[in-house]
Amino acid sequence: MIRILTLCLGLLGTAATADTVRMAVTTSFENSGLAEVLLPALAEDTGITVQMLVVGTGQALRLGEAGDVDAVLVHARAAEEAFIAAGHAPYRREIMYNDFVLIGPAGDPAGTAAAAEIIDALDAIATTEAVFVSRGDDSGTHQLELALWDRAGITPEGAWYLSTGSGMGAALNTAAGLDAYILADRATWLNFGNKAGLALLFEGDTALFNQYAYLPVTLAQDPDLARRVEDWLVSDRARDLIDGYRVAGEQVFTFNATPE
Amino acid sequence: MDEIWAGALAGLRLVVTLDPALVDITLRSLQVTLTAVVIASAIGLPLGAWLAIRRFRYRRLVIATLNALMGLPPVVVGLVVYLLLSRAGPFGVLGLLFTPTAMIIAQVIIITPLIASIAHQAIRELWADYHDLLISLSTSRRQRIATLIWDGRRALLTASLAGFGRAIGEVGAIMIVGGNIDNATRVLTTAIALETGKGDFALALGLGFVLIGLALAVNIAIHMVSRTESDGRW
Repeated sequence: MIRILTLCLGLLGTAATADTVRMAVTTSFENSGLAEVLLPALAEDTGITVQMLVVGTGQALRLGEAGDVDAVLVHARAAEEAFIAAGHAPYRREIMYNDFVLIGPAGDPAGTAAAAEIIDALDAIATTEAVFVSRGDDSGTHQLELALWDRAGITPEGAWYLSTGSGMGAALNTAAGLDAYILADRATWLNFGNKAGLALLFEGDTALFNQYAYLPVTLAQDPDLARRVEDWLVSDRARDLIDGYRVAGEQVFTFNATPE
Repeated sequence: MDEIWAGALAGLRLVVTLDPALVDITLRSLQVTLTAVVIASAIGLPLGAWLAIRRFRYRRLVIATLNALMGLPPVVVGLVVYLLLSRAGPFGVLGLLFTPTAMIIAQVIIITPLIASIAHQAIRELWADYHDLLISLSTSRRQRIATLIWDGRRALLTASLAGFGRAIGEVGAIMIVGGNIDNATRVLTTAIALETGKGDFALALGLGFVLIGLALAVNIAIHMVSRTESDGRW
């Protein structure tokens, strides 16, 4: 029995092979479709295969902390800085940004489209108690949403505020089913296949700016490889691909990495 | 309703065109689940038989525990296996996390109690019939277990197939320990979860139909090979 077990494990135990980097990324990055453009090009240029683990920012940082991934690509500045302060990563490198948008029922019962700032729009939702779907999963999007509620001076609670604890796409599915308001990143929204009665209602506030950063993990199996991935991500080739990426004819990511 | 048709069509298109990505994840689903079923059967079937013929003080407690473990939540199994295989965990040095092997380990833990429990039920009844004969032939315990397993093979096949059914459709545990990595650990169920997350219900449903078809094909193939319905046997 033990022999059979060991044999099976031996046969299948083809763990991380040479030139493979494991990177935890956020659901919003993967759902946007940019990964499918960047990773093949990266493999072509550097010979490095990036294995992507698509999780929320909270889980991505946990995986990095344990050394189960070599790098993380996330978008939650406060959490990233705490991660670095705890010694789990030496630094963070800003790569690109996109922005968040407020999605809601096309009829806009709370009148958010007329708001001047995002916090006014959230205030209108809370006042009218229109149904709002929150990610509730400690992801970057969730953390930003909570920070916005905080700035608006509102404690979101009550029957109208639904904390779903799910990824961006799953939360959008919930919002579509309930005709609810939701904060989503633009790329995932444009790529999303089940828009139903939802529409983009509010955009353009600088508070909705969404910076993605790359953090090599201190416990990485091969820091050199993680470094080469970083160098490629800030290269001109990556700039062209990121800036040139279009979803439904719109540019969704803007490259803003600076040379060291 | 339209989306269910669209899903059926999407599934059909994937199968007819032998989409390379689909073939890849389907084979991985089969590889992981069949390996898990073989290992779990190798543990669970003899365990079930042993529990049926062996009398010992805490036997009832062990059987009750085994039955309760049939309802083991896969997410919890996934989390525990993750913590064990994590590089920060006790088996981290093996580097098994986010590999098909990790998924097999999780599935073995999930389906072994199920297989052992069903095997125990079947063997217990067979043992009632065979008890006097096997005792009078003064067989050793090992011989008794071997005889019972061989003569009860059809019922035990059902036990293994039940394990297969639970494993092939499982998503919670393998998502955590496998990571749903494209070209490495993505299987049918995790791909379905991914496409649902993207709101591409047609593709998700299409993959779902492929999964159901696969389970059906495996069951039919095993019944044909083991000739359960042949020669006027009922």
